[in-house]
Amino acid sequence: MAIKLIDWKKWLRVARPSKSPAVLTARHIYIIPTRYGLFFAVILIAMLTGSINYSLSLGFVLTFLLAGMGVVAMLHTWRNLAHLVITSRRIDPVFAGEDAIFEIMVKEDKQRPRYSIGAHFNEIIPTYADIGASSETSLKLALPAKKRGWLNPGRITFFTEFPLGLFHAWSYVELDCRCLVYPHPASQSVPIPSTPDQGAAGSLDARTGDDDFAGHRQYQLGDSPKRVDWKASSREQGILTKLFQGEAQSILWLDWESLPGIDSEQRIQQLTRWIIDAHADRQPYGLRIPKHEFPPNTGEDHYAACLQALALLEIV
Amino acid sequence: MAKVDIDTTAPKPSSNDLHWLLGSLTLVMAMHVSHLALWVSLLIAGFGGWRYLVDKKAWGLPKLVILIPITIAATIGIAVTYHGLFGRDASVALLALMLALKLMETYTRRDYIVVIFIAYFLTINTFLFSQTLPVGAFMLLPILALTSTLIGVHHYSHAYGWRFKTKLAGSIIAQALPIMIVFFILFPRMPGPLWSVPRDANSGMSGLSDSMEPGSINKLSLSGATAFRVEFQENPPAQKQLYWRGPVLSYYDGRTWRINRQTYIPETLETTGNPTNYTVTLEPHNRNWILMLDLPSSTPPDTQLSSDRQVLSKDPIRTRIRYSGSSYTSYKLADQLEDRQRKLLLQLPPKQNPKSRELAASWLESQDSPEKIVQNALSMFRNQPFIYTLSPPILGDNPVDDFIFNTKRGFCEHYASSFVFLMRAAGVPARVVTGYQGGELNPVNNYLIVRQSDAHAWAEVWLKDRGWVRVDPTAAVAPERIERNIAESVDDSEALSLMSRRDYPLLRKLYLNWDAANNGWNQWVLGYNQERQMQLLRYLTGDKLSWDDLVIALLVMAGIVLSVLCYFLLRGKRLKRDPIQNIYNDFLRKLAKSGLQRYDHEGPVDFSIRACRRLPQKSVQIEEITQAYTNLRYAKNFASIAAFKQLVNAF
Repeated sequence: MAIKLIDWKKWLRVARPSKSPAVLTARHIYIIPTRYGLFFAVILIAMLTGSINYSLSLGFVLTFLLAGMGVVAMLHTWRNLAHLVITSRRIDPVFAGEDAIFEIMVKEDKQRPRYSIGAHFNEIIPTYADIGASSETSLKLALPAKKRGWLNPGRITFFTEFPLGLFHAWSYVELDCRCLVYPHPASQSVPIPSTPDQGAAGSLDARTGDDDFAGHRQYQLGDSPKRVDWKASSREQGILTKLFQGEAQSILWLDWESLPGIDSEQRIQQLTRWIIDAHADRQPYGLRIPKHEFPPNTGEDHYAACLQALALLEIV
Repeated sequence: MAKVDIDTTAPKPSSNDLHWLLGSLTLVMAMHVSHLALWVSLLIAGFGGWRYLVDKKAWGLPKLVILIPITIAATIGIAVTYHGLFGRDASVALLALMLALKLMETYTRRDYIVVIFIAYFLTINTFLFSQTLPVGAFMLLPILALTSTLIGVHHYSHAYGWRFKTKLAGSIIAQALPIMIVFFILFPRMPGPLWSVPRDANSGMSGLSDSMEPGSINKLSLSGATAFRVEFQENPPAQKQLYWRGPVLSYYDGRTWRINRQTYIPETLETTGNPTNYTVTLEPHNRNWILMLDLPSSTPPDTQLSSDRQVLSKDPIRTRIRYSGSSYTSYKLADQLEDRQRKLLLQLPPKQNPKSRELAASWLESQDSPEKIVQNALSMFRNQPFIYTLSPPILGDNPVDDFIFNTKRGFCEHYASSFVFLMRAAGVPARVVTGYQGGELNPVNNYLIVRQSDAHAWAEVWLKDRGWVRVDPTAAVAPERIERNIAESVDDSEALSLMSRRDYPLLRKLYLNWDAANNGWNQWVLGYNQERQMQLLRYLTGDKLSWDDLVIALLVMAGIVLSVLCYFLLRGKRLKRDPIQNIYNDFLRKLAKSGLQRYDHEGPVDFSIRACRRLPQKSVQIEEITQAYTNLRYAKNFASIAAFKQLVNAF
């Protein structure tokens, strides 16, 4: 068990991905006896003393055998953790208040199965996994996302006490990964503005009108497969999405300025709520916030871009 | 940081872990059953069963209100059964019982670990009672089971089966063996206890006592236990000369022969012929006797010689000891007798056994020489219908009269006792000598096994000019007892222990091999003490080692063993690359020189496309090589390795 001293671990070596993957090399692995390891040692000393006192030859045999097992267990524990290769997967954004899930890939390439490998961010309940010989396993680590913006998980502790629990081996990894935390959506207190913003209406002409074909644009994630121009795509022009006029019948402009008199964070939360609702209704919406303007659109990309802008909005 | 407590967040052990724990504890307790009181064993089994049912039927664990009274009652029970709590038997029983009680509140991983560690400790306590070869071998079972349980408890999902656990535990034990051996051989051994050993730690040892009354040796004869083992340096003397001298009994109170506690001038010894040299490994018997071949000419270290030539140790023999001895089978002991001593050696309780006294007086009256008197007595035993038997009848108030004139059935102590009585009554100084006679030569390792069933009593008479002369009246009645062994001389040998008998030749052969293994075990494992350690190291290094040398040797050897273990455990297995891969790697290395690295995620085809773009002048070659590589890899029959190699070499 890690001894509960607070500060000294700050100075321990952390495996950072100098290139892409972080490798838990020998230099990155720390190992100390757990409190059970110390208890075991006390029992061994008692056994040794008894063996000497009563001249028990078999007592010596058993004492030294158990001591040897302790030493061997230390090597087993160490090698259980050593040389694992750690990478992170793409991390999906979450809303503030949810748990950010960091998917960490742990790869074994020493042809030795690893058992009971635990990982945790500081102060968080660990997650365990077994890693088969020469294979890769993902560990999902949850971290509460409290604030909007980038969530940097800090260092991850990988540890193991397998097989006998006498030793605690651990290693720190700081991965090049962060999670985008969208603002916490407000509960629906303010209704979505129902009238399109007049000042911007002129720019929407090209998009109003009948359901006439209006041209192509490059396919974006979230576009409906029905809109993909498969014929054009088969001509090796890449995947194209067909655009139609008159698709966006009622356009929402979600405007920072339309929410005067409330606190900035609350505005952000309110805008977030509107975006979620509009997205759920498949209704095109535009977002206007200080320094950014997103013309009305639909689709996942638009949704993500708007939320990201809100997440990262810096309030002066 | 480090607010994470892995312990409290660890998953609770499963039912499977519980079954393993109960199974391992059963093995540990099995080693203790033979010396636990029956009710303690039953109570322990009861707790185990209860804990099993608690898990199976999903009952709750008992509350402290229930457990505390049980604990107090059990402690009192042990104190009553064993007359206290601090002896060996009581404390082991208490530990075993408390461990079983602890099961009733064993729920979390931490509880399991504590129980397992205490069970390890309980296992070592077995050796206070027995350290035989089977016990030593059996010990591995509970250790393996406990370690497997410990592994199971430490796996987060408790998902692996017995095969995985025992295999891993077995390999950990196997890897620990070299460390154990190095420490066992080189860890400096200290003589003697650090603190006093509880008295009951030495109960249950059998051997010759300091007195002899009818039936005492007889009782010993029924035991097949080994008394001691002897290795002779040269050929062993003839069977009938193998008299192992034990307590010499000179004082008689009418029923019991006792050791004389007074001291006299040591008896003189003149020897003729060559000495017999031998080494004895004596089993503990909790007395001071050091058994040696009649008659010892020198004494082992830390022993003393009494005035009647019995060798005594300073402390009772409580552990198996080994000593060398030197004896002469022809000798002249005690040229002269002190008056005081003569008086003792003629001492008899008054007015007892009148008929025997009469008989002795008749020999004395006929002016017989002492030699003639000895012969008279022996021929009486030989010619009258005396019977040598393991089950003699009980004798009355005049035991010698009763035996000689009435029952005529007796064991060696009856013959020795009545013979010495007759000699004393006839004015010949005489005494009873107890010890062992004979022994069985084990052809497996050529040593002599002397058992408790070889216990014997004979007589010594003092004759002018000849000193003490050994006379064995039993030999007059049952010569085969002396020339061969006890099983062939008694009429009711079924009463003897199996190993003292001579029927079942195959079984005997097995037994002799088994005894040879035990002897090796005793000599080299159990008898490995400071002396043996120094002896072995002197033999290995040709040098006398000091304590410091020993510590250095221990550290060096432990270091070597650890390095070897580290090497085999910590090195990663090398990836076996096939020749195709090797050639392709050459190609990659060549490209790397021109600054083109393949990414880990990049397949050979993607990489070749990128490489062609970067090195258009070599694109044909690159494509050719990649084509050959993928064909070899995935289409096998498409290209030859040699051609592929040529392409890469030419690149």
